[in-house]
Amino acid sequence: MKNAIKANGLSYAYGRTEVLKQVCFSVEQGDFFTIIGPNGSGKTTLMKLLSGIEKPVGGTLDILGRVIQSYKKKDLAKKIAFVPQIVPMDFPFSVMEVVLMGRSPYQGTLGLERPRDIEKAKQAIVFTGVEHLADRKLNALSGGERQRVFIARAICQEPEIMLLDEPTASLDLAHQIRIMDLMEKLKREKKITIVMVSHDLNLAAMYGTRLLLLNRGEIVKIGLPQEVLTFQTLENAYGCTLLVDESPLGNFPRVTLVPGKFIQPRREKKP
Amino acid sequence: MNPKTPLILKRLLAVSVLLAGALLAAMFLGLSMGSSGTSFQAVYTSLFGTGDDSVLGMIIWRIRLPRVILAALVGATLSLGGLVFQALLRNPLAEPYILGISGGAAIGAIIGILMGLSRFPGVSLTSFTGSLLTLLLILGISTGQSILKKNSILLSGVMVNAFCSAVIMFLVSLTRDAKLHSIIFWLMGDLSLGTIQQTGMLSLLLLPCFILIFWLSNTMNLLLMGREMAQTMGINIRAVTLTLLITTSFMVSATVSQCGLIGFVGLVIPHFFRLLLGPDHRVLAPACILGGGAYMVICDILARTLPNQGEMPVGVITAMIGAPLFIFLLKRSGR
Repeated sequence: MKNAIKANGLSYAYGRTEVLKQVCFSVEQGDFFTIIGPNGSGKTTLMKLLSGIEKPVGGTLDILGRVIQSYKKKDLAKKIAFVPQIVPMDFPFSVMEVVLMGRSPYQGTLGLERPRDIEKAKQAIVFTGVEHLADRKLNALSGGERQRVFIARAICQEPEIMLLDEPTASLDLAHQIRIMDLMEKLKREKKITIVMVSHDLNLAAMYGTRLLLLNRGEIVKIGLPQEVLTFQTLENAYGCTLLVDESPLGNFPRVTLVPGKFIQPRREKKP
Repeated sequence: MNPKTPLILKRLLAVSVLLAGALLAAMFLGLSMGSSGTSFQAVYTSLFGTGDDSVLGMIIWRIRLPRVILAALVGATLSLGGLVFQALLRNPLAEPYILGISGGAAIGAIIGILMGLSRFPGVSLTSFTGSLLTLLLILGISTGQSILKKNSILLSGVMVNAFCSAVIMFLVSLTRDAKLHSIIFWLMGDLSLGTIQQTGMLSLLLLPCFILIFWLSNTMNLLLMGREMAQTMGINIRAVTLTLLITTSFMVSATVSQCGLIGFVGLVIPHFFRLLLGPDHRVLAPACILGGGAYMVICDILARTLPNQGEMPVGVITAMIGAPLFIFLLKRSGR
């Protein structure tokens, strides 16, 4: 099977500060790939590179077997859709209007919709279960509903890869599981490769087929949930004591926080 | 599930036809009314009739027609300019002068007036030069990546405007006698001095800008969803942002240099239509062009017919009607 994403020696720096150092990994088509790591480890930067928002400083990045720079912007938008963590909400578009925006890579500059675009948008709205909200304004929705609308918009791009930056952040438990199930369904029914950044190790363990642990811009470990989520690896990366056992739900690890056990992170010595 | 929003093309056409009607009606009214008498009949005969050379006919052709067209162009440009800046800077308080264009134009105009140049083309040209120089300055300040950071553009604009105000005050404090009157009148905005050649030239400059901005109106919608989402939907946000900034500043400079600083239209008309028609810029752009034009024509009619003698600055009227109307709408939409 051909690789959805293949990164080779990927590096990025803001000014002189290196935030990604020679990162190499690949994501197979149909994977549910989860990127985890402490704050400031370079997760969001990696997402920006994968989505084509930023250009890498060094290394190569292939999307579906082609170098990312060789895609035209609109063509890349037909392959990769991105659901950012924060979306400005100052202008009250309706749900239908937002979802239809996802069709823009397939439309002319004015974005005049054809019956086919409306059809795709309706399907995406039904797929994400927000049909009862279609006429509502985006700023009148709850966080979880809004997230599903943005995923519907991403589905409208008919991508082969969907990137999501902390899609469950600040959602309540029911909405978290709903969003995760939705992504699982995208992977299963639409064969979309999912790449997600998450802070929730348990959700990552439950849904992720493969995990990438990033720390200080470098890959610590990459592999199956039970390979990556071991207490030594996690303690080293996160700097706090954790308890890892098997989830009562099945054969994937469960991570439990232990109170009062913060470990002073080891600082790299400057040469 | 059947979303209520009708197809965008239908909405676009319906709004455009309706507001074009309003604009034409306002312009007809503007041609009919004035200090030398009100007559609809005279307008009809002088526009469509043959060989009418009465005094009123002359006034309609030579004085009222350029003025009405100028008012429509200015209203359209300022409203559209406000719309673009509010979207681009994602700031509801943005207005067409926010980048400091007004300050630069004013300094240019005052220098022109102090040099004793005629109103056209002299003062228009110095003012246009002044505003384009500020635009270059802003672009220079926000080079590189910072052009995409809305607050850095906003702050540079505010600072340039503050600096320009100081220079304006300095120049005004040096000025005496009749020139002071011209300066004050220019600063308050003045539509009275248009000729048909002048308005013709202005419309040649403005129409391509209108078309280009409308062409990018859907892209503005996508930009409102944030840089990241817009970029991953295939938008080259740097190119689009620069194009919109330069086009809008250029057309605002062109109108300001013709008629001085008319305030408030650019702030209130985009909000007015956003409250009425929703946030889609494909509908809002034509609505601002046609509706903003109509609003300015009506304000100008009031400015020249309300006082018994002479006329008041049109900027006074735009704010006097606009502010209460807007507050009323805001209250109603908030309920």
